[in-house]
Amino acid sequence: MTEWRYWFAEQKGTLLALGIFVAMFVIYTANHPAGFTANVVQTASNKGVLLAFVAMAQTLVVITAGIDLSVGMIFLLTNCLASWIVVGSPLETTLGVIAVLLVGILCGALNGAIVIYGRLQPIVATIATGSVYFGIALLLRPYPGGSVNEDLADALTGRLFGVIPSSLVALVAVVLIVWIPFRRSVYGRAAYAAGSSEVAAYMSGVPIKRGKFLAYTLAGLLASMGGLFLTFFTYTGEAAFASGNAYTLFSIAAVVLGGVSLFGGRGSAIGAIFGAFAFRTIGDLLFVFDFDPLWQPLFQGVVLLLAVSLGAFALFRVKNRLEWFG
Amino acid sequence: METAPQETAPLFRMEGISKRYGGVRALEDAELSVHAGRIHAILGENGAGKSTLIKVMSGVVAPDQGRMVLDGHEVSFASPAEAKRAGIVCIFQELSLIPELSVADNVVISDPPKKFGMIDRKAQRRIAEEALSRAGASDIHPSALVKDLPLSRRQMVEIAKALARKPRILILDEATSALTAADVSKVFEVLKRLRSEGLALLYISHRMHEIAELADDCTVFRNGRKIATYKAGAKSDTEVIELMIGREYQNVFPPKPPAKTGVAPILECRSLGWTDRLTDINLMVRPGEVIGLGGLDGQGQRELLLALFGVLRGCTGEVLVDGQPVRLGSPAHASSQRIGMALIPEDRKTEGLMLPMTVRENLAFAAMDMVSKRGIIDREAEDRLLEEMVKLLAIRTAGLEIPVGALSGGNQQKVVIAKWLMRHPRIILLNDPTRGIDVGTKQEIYQLLRRLADQGAAIVFYSTDYDELIGCCDRVLVLYDGAIKRELVGAEITEHALIASALNIGAAEAARMARTNA
Amino acid sequence: MSDTTTAGDAPSRMPKFLRKVDPAVATSFACIIALLVFGSLYSTSFLSPEYLLQQLKVASFLGVIATGMMLVILLGQIDLSIPWTVATGAMMASAAAAFGPAGVVLAIPFGILCGMAIGLVNGVGVAYLRIPSMIITLATNAVAQGLMVVYTGGFSPQDSASEAMRWLATGSLIPAVPNAVIVWAIIGAATVFILTRTTFGRSVYAIGNRERAAYLSGVDTRRIVMIAFAVSGGLSAFGGVLLAGYASKAAQSMGDPYLLPAIAAVVLGGTSILGGRGSYLGTVAGVILITLLQSILSVMQMPEAGRQIIYGVVIVAMLLLYGRAPASR
Repeated sequence: MTEWRYWFAEQKGTLLALGIFVAMFVIYTANHPAGFTANVVQTASNKGVLLAFVAMAQTLVVITAGIDLSVGMIFLLTNCLASWIVVGSPLETTLGVIAVLLVGILCGALNGAIVIYGRLQPIVATIATGSVYFGIALLLRPYPGGSVNEDLADALTGRLFGVIPSSLVALVAVVLIVWIPFRRSVYGRAAYAAGSSEVAAYMSGVPIKRGKFLAYTLAGLLASMGGLFLTFFTYTGEAAFASGNAYTLFSIAAVVLGGVSLFGGRGSAIGAIFGAFAFRTIGDLLFVFDFDPLWQPLFQGVVLLLAVSLGAFALFRVKNRLEWFG
Repeated sequence: METAPQETAPLFRMEGISKRYGGVRALEDAELSVHAGRIHAILGENGAGKSTLIKVMSGVVAPDQGRMVLDGHEVSFASPAEAKRAGIVCIFQELSLIPELSVADNVVISDPPKKFGMIDRKAQRRIAEEALSRAGASDIHPSALVKDLPLSRRQMVEIAKALARKPRILILDEATSALTAADVSKVFEVLKRLRSEGLALLYISHRMHEIAELADDCTVFRNGRKIATYKAGAKSDTEVIELMIGREYQNVFPPKPPAKTGVAPILECRSLGWTDRLTDINLMVRPGEVIGLGGLDGQGQRELLLALFGVLRGCTGEVLVDGQPVRLGSPAHASSQRIGMALIPEDRKTEGLMLPMTVRENLAFAAMDMVSKRGIIDREAEDRLLEEMVKLLAIRTAGLEIPVGALSGGNQQKVVIAKWLMRHPRIILLNDPTRGIDVGTKQEIYQLLRRLADQGAAIVFYSTDYDELIGCCDRVLVLYDGAIKRELVGAEITEHALIASALNIGAAEAARMARTNA
Repeated sequence: MSDTTTAGDAPSRMPKFLRKVDPAVATSFACIIALLVFGSLYSTSFLSPEYLLQQLKVASFLGVIATGMMLVILLGQIDLSIPWTVATGAMMASAAAAFGPAGVVLAIPFGILCGMAIGLVNGVGVAYLRIPSMIITLATNAVAQGLMVVYTGGFSPQDSASEAMRWLATGSLIPAVPNAVIVWAIIGAATVFILTRTTFGRSVYAIGNRERAAYLSGVDTRRIVMIAFAVSGGLSAFGGVLLAGYASKAAQSMGDPYLLPAIAAVVLGGTSILGGRGSYLGTVAGVILITLLQSILSVMQMPEAGRQIIYGVVIVAMLLLYGRAPASR
């Protein structure tokens, strides 16, 4: 077999997500009253980037065969924090951004420590820490409000050279700075190996614990980047429980659409990014077809349900029924 | 005891190694010397201590006693990683590959090449290609995912992975069991080249002709002790088998009744098949018969029992109970009153019992429909039945309400058997029921099996212990590679016949060798 | 290789009376007493019968919901569709009540039935399609939310609860004893009976311990898992029905505050999150503990934010104490 075939097999999930996204986006812009304009692209990109950050965060944890049900809450918490501290002079703003990212890292590291060193189930542990993060967010912003350095916000949500959405550029930069090095590092590989087969990884002397811990920590970082961007778009901070939950949920949907295996060990954050954009576009399709926006949650729920049921097809290939029980 | 035929100082030497697991003696004062530039074969029956020996060597388990000397220095390994650093690399039977990663990723997994802190993919690719070609498996693409490879290719990747670690001592534990004939000859070429490069190779295999072709030295183990070390070719196959069996033999088995002929079979399969693990199985069991399944471990015996019990999907061929074709779709169906099957599974801890649950809950679990009405359990009826069973099998327990995990291994196994006997099954399938159990309980189980057969049950019994098959069974079907290669009846069931047919020495093997050499 | 025998183990590791009482259950009850003492220091009315009965009444809503959650957790699964199953039960029962006399009669069963339908989808997904329960229940939660948003038009639902619903939640058949408490007691007694005396209950524990062994023992494990999820959905919806009766009407996000407390109550009561171990008594203790904690925090006028933080911290702390997975190798 030739080289590109292996590359294709490895990127199948990502390419499929890209395909779905492109198809959906073409339908979307074709039916959009304004058509394919820089403005439409900018809006779509800004909305998609938010979910893309949270989906990347979720991907990192899912790769280790875990799950992070607190990503949405880290996203909220950092949004609320940013609406306080990412203001003022350029220096103050810079320090504020750094502080927000550090808080994200801290939240992720706490999740990782509880799951890996405390040996608690990721589901319960992250639901509980999510509650804590939400509580802190609520402390910071009992009511929606706050502000953000608008120059920075406008720069990051506007367009470069009048055409390229700068949020997209930022997303690509994060992929290059965070995801690619992780993917190529020994710890990234350890995270994949642990997610694929923890026993084999142990027998091969892979640094499982450190790999998983790094994955949870970086997930916190990526979620906080999402929180920062939310602040840049809205200029405010808001601790809305339903919104945090929705982002957690949508991140799982995006991850599944992006070809990341929920059983761990397979998939890429880039796929999850396309999954996030595809999921967003599917949700927005209803608008261009003049459906009542009321149908959007149901539509998204059904898409999610179908997406998670896709994996069940592998079941028909199981020949030994004992394999059902793992 | 014969002495090692070696003049030069050994590269690695083990002395007085003992290891116990609970009450079971796995190694007793064992010794072994391994020399650079030679291939050393280890022979022995199942449970002779070979696996424990290599686990000690490669740092997976720590010995209770004894010392190991490498290059004249005493060593001890706290983990497989330490043994690897010392140059001892083992290729285990259970694969240690990560399915979702590529072949190249796997080959370098324990120590990937790095550049600027990142994994250097080009260097990794180069190392993997080199290791694969050294292993004679250049046909495997380094970018392929391990999970997409067939078992034989994965085994080759495993070998390449071991070679990439630049071992001084390479241990192969049944490394050829999953390989095709063509691969085996390639692997042999590789091993011979490694020998000429000065590696010490330890080769564990059940296949006598492989040992004859490869080995320079041979060591036979039995009951955890080293029995003999000799130069390859110094002994005939018969002599070797005698060394493996030993002379000690105790008659702990109940007498066998005369052969049942003319009775209609209760269970029959006609050309039963399942994926590539079972092919064309024909089998017939009459009431009152104890049928043994023999052969090396992993030749399809387990799959056959699971197929009969309705666990496997996509079986071909026919299964008949009482002469009527049945389609067994689940254990619930197979164990229903109409079919009347029971399976004593392989691993009582994960398949037979719920260890934290009480003796009562475990004992009654398979027969809940018999002690309940409309789903509500009748405690009195349950108590009566349970006490009967505890008495019948002489289960030693401090009561019905203690967790079954607190019982001894033998008593746990009795609970597994008892829970099925409560249903009064007509067909009893047993998957190696005496593994890890004390001798006393073993004898009780043998007596029980015969008694059940006398009462009219049909018994199919897989055991890795040849003594058991000889002592308990009226007939033994020897499996090899998923097919029944030979049926031994009555006096034909001898240890020699069992081993010879299990190793498939004879026509089939000769044909295979011819293919290999062609 | 022979496996390790347990021949040398002592017949039991603990004296009998200690083994009977799960340390987690004992801890929970101890915490309840500590909370009561602490509360009585804060306010003298804390130990009055009226206050305690009021707490029990509030606890019974959570108790009904946590019962279903416990069943699912005993299987080693989880049900994250609680929030919108609760809301669906409440809204559908209230909606039915608006359909004339027949609707009034069928309101409660209809609400429960809708919840069971959601549970059934969860159960089929988990048992037959082998989708991780966490994922499929999140998805059905989203679908239920979508359905309810479409149904209500995005506004708070206009239908109000039927008389029967209000009576169940706020009335008292026996003087001074709220009906909600009686309802919980009946559901609790039935659950104890089912878990300890029926083949279904035994199978639930067995599946939670080792589904493989249960399956090989001839139990149709998939059916049991499916039924358990359906029951959990039904109980959540019933909890919603009671809540609607309590508040006289359903509300959009009325189920949100019940997911975490339901899981916490079950887990704090000593039920293993990995399944197979736990008693209903523990869940009762967990429910009361959570309710008292909530009550004290509100008496102390702790804002919502502080409550969320304290919940999370308490749950993680308690789990770290006795809910950890065994160390690997």
